[in-house]
Amino acid sequence: MTSFGTEHLLDTAYLAATVLFILAIKWLSSPVTSRRGVLAGEIAAALAVGATLFNPEVVAYKWIIISLVIGAGVGIPLGMVHMTAVPQRTALSHAFGALSAAMVGIAEFYVGAPNVSRFAMGEIGLEVIIGSLTFTGSLIAAGKLQEILPQRPIVYKGQNFVSLSVLAAALLLAAALVVNPANTILFPIMVVVALVFGVLLVTPIGGADMPTVISLLNSYAGFSAALLGFVLNSKVLVVAGALDGSSGFILSVIMCKAMNRSFTNVMFGAFGQVQATGTAVKEERSVRSASPEEAAGILEAARSAVIVPGYGMAVAQAQHKVRELFDVLTRKGVDVKFGIHPVAGRMPGHMNVLLAEADIPYERLVEMEDINSDMPQTDVALIIGANDVTNPAARTDASSPIYGMPILDVDKARTVMVIKRGMSPGFAGIDNPLYYLDKTLMLFGDAKAFVGSIVRELVGGGGS
Amino acid sequence: MPSDFLSNLYVFILAGFVGFELIKRVSPLLHTPLMSLTNALDAIVVVAAIIIAGRQETPLATVLGAIAVAASFSNMVGGFVITDRMLRMFKAGKHGK
Repeated sequence: MTSFGTEHLLDTAYLAATVLFILAIKWLSSPVTSRRGVLAGEIAAALAVGATLFNPEVVAYKWIIISLVIGAGVGIPLGMVHMTAVPQRTALSHAFGALSAAMVGIAEFYVGAPNVSRFAMGEIGLEVIIGSLTFTGSLIAAGKLQEILPQRPIVYKGQNFVSLSVLAAALLLAAALVVNPANTILFPIMVVVALVFGVLLVTPIGGADMPTVISLLNSYAGFSAALLGFVLNSKVLVVAGALDGSSGFILSVIMCKAMNRSFTNVMFGAFGQVQATGTAVKEERSVRSASPEEAAGILEAARSAVIVPGYGMAVAQAQHKVRELFDVLTRKGVDVKFGIHPVAGRMPGHMNVLLAEADIPYERLVEMEDINSDMPQTDVALIIGANDVTNPAARTDASSPIYGMPILDVDKARTVMVIKRGMSPGFAGIDNPLYYLDKTLMLFGDAKAFVGSIVRELVGGGGS
Repeated sequence: MPSDFLSNLYVFILAGFVGFELIKRVSPLLHTPLMSLTNALDAIVVVAAIIIAGRQETPLATVLGAIAVAASFSNMVGGFVITDRMLRMFKAGKHGK
C-alpha cells in the first residue's frame, strides 16, 4: 500500500491547503486584501490537487485527465459569464458541488457494499441525501433565475405535506439501510427519493426569495462536502465544507432578517400567494408623474442624492446608464450615494457586483442602516427598479404582509423619484403607499431608457 | 463510535467557529464574491473524486468518480475565475484607473 514517506507528504500538502483556505476567507473580508484571498485559495487548490495526483492509490489516469479537461472546459466559460448572470451561475455551481459530493458518496457505498459498517452507512446515507437534494434543488433554482422555469412560486394544495412526506421517506430509507446495510436495493431508491425532494423543495419558492434560497443551498452544498469528509476521514474536506457551510448559513440568516421572515416561512410559506387583499382595497389615488427634463432639473438642483437600485435595474441592464448619471451628477457637485438593501436583487451582494462592474467606486455603495440615517438630510431619493424594499407600509401598516421588514427609508428624503414601467405592484403584490405621497414623482418608462434621457438632459442643459 | 469520527467532529466544530467569526466580518459589499470563493474552496471534493476515479475498483465507481471530478473541477476553475473578475471590479475612488 502506501509508503510512509508519501503519505506524510500528502498530509502536509492537505494541511497547508487547509490553512490557506482559512487565510483566503480572512483576506476576503476587505476589498483591499480580497484578491490575495483568491490567490491563497488557488495555491491551496493547486497543492491539494497536485498532491492527490501523486497518491499511490491512484493507478489509472485516463479518466482523471479526461474529466479534468471537461471540468476546465465547462468551468472557464462559467467563470466568464456576465455579471447579470451571476445568480444563476452560482446556483449552477451549488448543483455541481452537490453532484460531486453525492457521486463520491454513492461510489463509496458501492465500493464497500454489502460490507458497509452501520456507522459508515449512516454517514453515507445522510451525505448522499443532502448532496442529492441540493443538486436538484439548485438546478431548479438556476432554471428559475435563468427564466427557463417560471419565477413565480408554483404551489398546490397539500404541498407541504407531500414534500415533507418525501423527505421523511428518504430518511426512513436511510434508517433502514443503517439497520441492514446489506439491503443494497434500498440505496438507489433513497437517492431517487432525495432527488425528487430537492425539486419539491425549491419549485414553490418565488424569485424574490432567491437570495435566501441560494444561500441555503450554498450551506447544504458545504455541509454535504463536510459530511463527505467524515465518510472518507479527510480533514481538508471537513474544513472546506465547514467553511462553505457556515458561510451559506450566515448569509441565509442575514437574508431572512432582511426580510423579517423565518426559514420555515421562506421554505414553506410561498410568499407570492398571500396577498389578494392588497390589490382588492385599491382606491383611486392620484400619482404625480414627471418627464426626464423635470427629473433632471430636480437632480441638478440637489446637493445630495441617494440612488436605490433593485432587481429591475438588473433586468433592464441599466447599471451602465446609472454610472453615467452618477458621473454627470458628481461633476455638477451633487453628492451621490447608493442605498443597498441586503435582499435587493437575486442573491446576496448582487447589486454591489453590478454597480462595481459599472465602475462605481465601492465606498459609494452604502448599507441599509448607514444610508437610512442620512435619508432625512437627503434632497432626492431616486429608486430604480426596486419596490418592496422601499415600501413604508413595512414600518407603518401592521396588516401589510411585509410589516416589520427593514426597509430603506426613502420616504424621509425631501423628494422621491421612482422609475417604474407602470403602476403594477411589486413581486409581493403589495401596493406601495410611497407612490401616492405628495413628494413623490413617478418616472414612467424603461429604467435604462429613462436614466439615459435624464443624462442627456443633464449633459445638454447644464453645459458641462 | 469510531475514533476517526470524533477527531473529525473536533475539526468540524472548530472550523465551523473559525468560519463563523471570519465570515461575520466580510463586508456585505463582498457577499457575492464570498459565495463564489467558498464555492471554489468547497470544490476541494475533487481530491476525493480523483482517488475514486483513479483507484480502478469497479467500472461504476470509476464512472461516478469521473463525473465528480468534472463537476467539482469546473467549480474550482470557474469559481476562482469569476471571483477574481468580480474583485477586480471593486475599485476605490476615482484616483488611478
